[in-house]
Amino acid sequence: MSKVDLNKETGPREVFCGLTSIVWLHRRMPDAFFLVVGSRTCAHLIQSAAGVMIFAEPRFGTAILEEKDLAGLADAHDELDRVVNDLISRRPEIKTLFLVGSCPSEVIKLDLATVAEKLNTRFLGQVRFVNYSGSGIETTFTQGEDGALKALVPLMESTDDEKLLLVGTLANNVEDRFKKIFNNIGIPNVESFPPRQSTELPKIGKNTKVLLTQPYLSDTVRDLKHRGCEIIYAPFPLGVEGSTKWFLAAADSFKISELKVHEVIAPLTNRARQALEKHTEILRGKKLFLLPESQLEISLARFLHNECEMDLIEVGTPYLNKDLMEEELNLLPDDTKIVEGQHVEKQLDRVRASNPDLVVCGMGLANPLEAEGISTKWSIEMVFSPIHGIDQAADLAGLFSRPLKRNQILTSKSLATH
Amino acid sequence: MELTLWTYEGPPHVGAMRVASSMKDIHYVLHAPQGDTYADLLFTMIERRGQRPPVTYTTFQARDLGGDTAELVKRNISEAVERFKPKTLLVGESCTAELIQDQPGALAKGMGFDIPIVNLELPAYSKKENWGASETFYQIIRTLLKDKANEIDNINPQRWKSLGRRPKVNILGPTLLGFRCRDDVIEIQRILSEQGIDTNVVAPLGSSPDDITRLIDADINVCLYHEIAETSCEWLKRNFGMEYTTTIPIGIKNTISFINEVHEKLNLPLTNKQELEHKSKLPWYSKSVDSNYLTGKRVFIFGDGTHAIASAKIAKDELGFEVVGLGTYSREMARQVRAAAKDLNIEALITNSYLEVEDAMKKACPELVLGTQMERHSAKRLGIPCSVISTPMHVQDVPARYSPQMGWEGANVIFDDWVHPLMMGLEEHLIDMFKHDFEFVDGHQSHLGHTATKLPENIKTEHEQSPTNVEKKESIHWTESGRAELTKVPFFVRGKVKSNTEKYALSKGLPEISDETLYDAKAFFG
Repeated sequence: MSKVDLNKETGPREVFCGLTSIVWLHRRMPDAFFLVVGSRTCAHLIQSAAGVMIFAEPRFGTAILEEKDLAGLADAHDELDRVVNDLISRRPEIKTLFLVGSCPSEVIKLDLATVAEKLNTRFLGQVRFVNYSGSGIETTFTQGEDGALKALVPLMESTDDEKLLLVGTLANNVEDRFKKIFNNIGIPNVESFPPRQSTELPKIGKNTKVLLTQPYLSDTVRDLKHRGCEIIYAPFPLGVEGSTKWFLAAADSFKISELKVHEVIAPLTNRARQALEKHTEILRGKKLFLLPESQLEISLARFLHNECEMDLIEVGTPYLNKDLMEEELNLLPDDTKIVEGQHVEKQLDRVRASNPDLVVCGMGLANPLEAEGISTKWSIEMVFSPIHGIDQAADLAGLFSRPLKRNQILTSKSLATH
Repeated sequence: MELTLWTYEGPPHVGAMRVASSMKDIHYVLHAPQGDTYADLLFTMIERRGQRPPVTYTTFQARDLGGDTAELVKRNISEAVERFKPKTLLVGESCTAELIQDQPGALAKGMGFDIPIVNLELPAYSKKENWGASETFYQIIRTLLKDKANEIDNINPQRWKSLGRRPKVNILGPTLLGFRCRDDVIEIQRILSEQGIDTNVVAPLGSSPDDITRLIDADINVCLYHEIAETSCEWLKRNFGMEYTTTIPIGIKNTISFINEVHEKLNLPLTNKQELEHKSKLPWYSKSVDSNYLTGKRVFIFGDGTHAIASAKIAKDELGFEVVGLGTYSREMARQVRAAAKDLNIEALITNSYLEVEDAMKKACPELVLGTQMERHSAKRLGIPCSVISTPMHVQDVPARYSPQMGWEGANVIFDDWVHPLMMGLEEHLIDMFKHDFEFVDGHQSHLGHTATKLPENIKTEHEQSPTNVEKKESIHWTESGRAELTKVPFFVRGKVKSNTEKYALSKGLPEISDETLYDAKAFFG
């Protein structure tokens, strides 16, 4: 492992909870519904984070706990039963219903697993019920996806077929690109998890080789391993370097030569490097500070330093799984300061003291930092945009060069002189 | 349990944050897990605030629950007081912390600070955002002023005369994330100063704890938003005898009543009564011939209590619309909204379910919807023009330009905002005249660029319907001639004509609708 400077910090945080991941998970699986069992805060959080006013009737909702549920006047299980019945008669097209635990449901120890089990018996053949927790006392932002996927693993049937399984939500177009490239490399059987339809779960077994597309899936990986899957350790497919090593790692586990991989991806790599150049011109030598939120921070730091030549001040991450991140950490320059966890006030003190050119942060902090004259990039955009793969490398860099470019335009002297 | 797909109001602690963020020199320690920090983005993104809300989240995690979360609360309080040096500290909890009962307010009070501490108990499982804002504002005022209640005599609203100064008032209720509060305050202050009345304190927006202690220097209070300030105004009346106004100055008639009410309470003669009639362009614009076409336009209204009631009055009395629906999500104001609806001979809709609102909207067949951003989306789906009159806030509700709802300029803004989405009268007339010309296509839009003239799915004629639309299969058969005649009806009223004709045909037991049936129905409904 490279000699990165690992630190831990605790204190008040400024991050989303795992419920937020419902925003992209429900879009990935259009036949699934996510029912949070929680409070008005949970409902308000998801609609605020998602800006959901665009939906006619969203495929997520909240069963809001009321006084009578807490006081034991109403049996919470009966109440949830009633809500689920309502929901299913309203939305008969739903195939999978995720019961999602929240902070309050965890604290009052509402047993969603038992509820899900009962409902599965009752709605057998019609709707499948799965439960996991997206609560903020246990999960941060992207960890919600980890919980949802882990909950699906027991439902995946077994097979001894050899296959490559891409794990982690991808934009559909990126997924198609990846499959095509793997086919060209010589890996014909490639599937994705989560699938595009919740009912079409891939089968897994001892000949399944798991390649992660996202770094935040620790629990899912553990369970896939228990099912006999082989985990391919690699950097994550962000940027040309990360994606190349990711393809190579997969090819290696299928005993395909490096030469073959390079032959397939060379034209992609060449054009991506060209496309990256104009962003690198802007980003080169600029100082970057990443606040913790999505767990993508380490991969992004590696990409922005190694390919866009930015200087890293500090790389925050809400949680660090050293096993999954080892390949990434090895690619970082020595002495990169990595901070796991957060004390938001102290971290902002360091932001100000280090005079960064760009800060990657959550939406709650972006405008206040801009108002202090510090350019920002919202981290939530990374989970909504197609950023994976060689072909997207320039788009990914563009997310970071745009605020700097804009800053340049707006602060140029043209306004003053005319 | 209540199934909620979308909610008009956030939890009560978000209301507390609205008050805290509106004020200066105040800090709010919120015992809450990390996810609750999402609420910051309401202020920094929707309001585009350049400052973080003055809130410290204790960020307790599952592993803390077995241990000492009270210590965690105390540590966060100490750090917050030391770092932010507030003049008043608010301490409270969000939904999850309420369950673990650490009583952070009591803990804070035991820590020996020499600043006032406001203990906020906001029941998250029964109350909502506006209630939380109201309660927080009230608790701040009570904490900072309760000791003075016994010290001073009742405040006589006419005391300004004997004190030899101009009368002065407090403007209470405006907050961040309130609908156009920023501009309403400017407009109301302008109106009052024109009448020779000074503003003592505006609160919560822009005030500090020091300003709160000065509230009792004013002669009366102006309660600008019942949802936020009524409880506080009542308390100030009970404890200091301070009178407060209850008229909300939205619309010309209400603005004039408001000015009258202020003058009566202060016993200040109103000298420019005539002049007031000409302060806004709304009355003339509404009277000008072009606006003839606005007569009897069917309007559906849903929003917070304050704005829904005011909108209904303006719609009916000042623009000559017909109010066909009125409702609110503010349960605290259900009584007032019901009364307003009763005056209009309709039944009020009190609900927190936007789907219920959408259903009611569909049934009412309005030509204009006045609602929240959610009604704007529902109306768009139904092809009905809409103007937004109420929270919940959206980034578009914080315009760069001066855009109040209250007072004279507010009435101007309202005229433009409500009438532009409708096709302008003359234009509507011309489209009707030229509708058979080949240049004319369905979906033609007003030059004003509003997009709400699309023919919605549910009012396509039968042969256009998709076979999957089960509900519509039950509808009555349209003959060739009936369909042909229906397509000649201008698209913006076609939906209404279709449903009216079908209603008529059903009531007469007719098996099918021909062109003649359409004209029979037209004559029947007038």
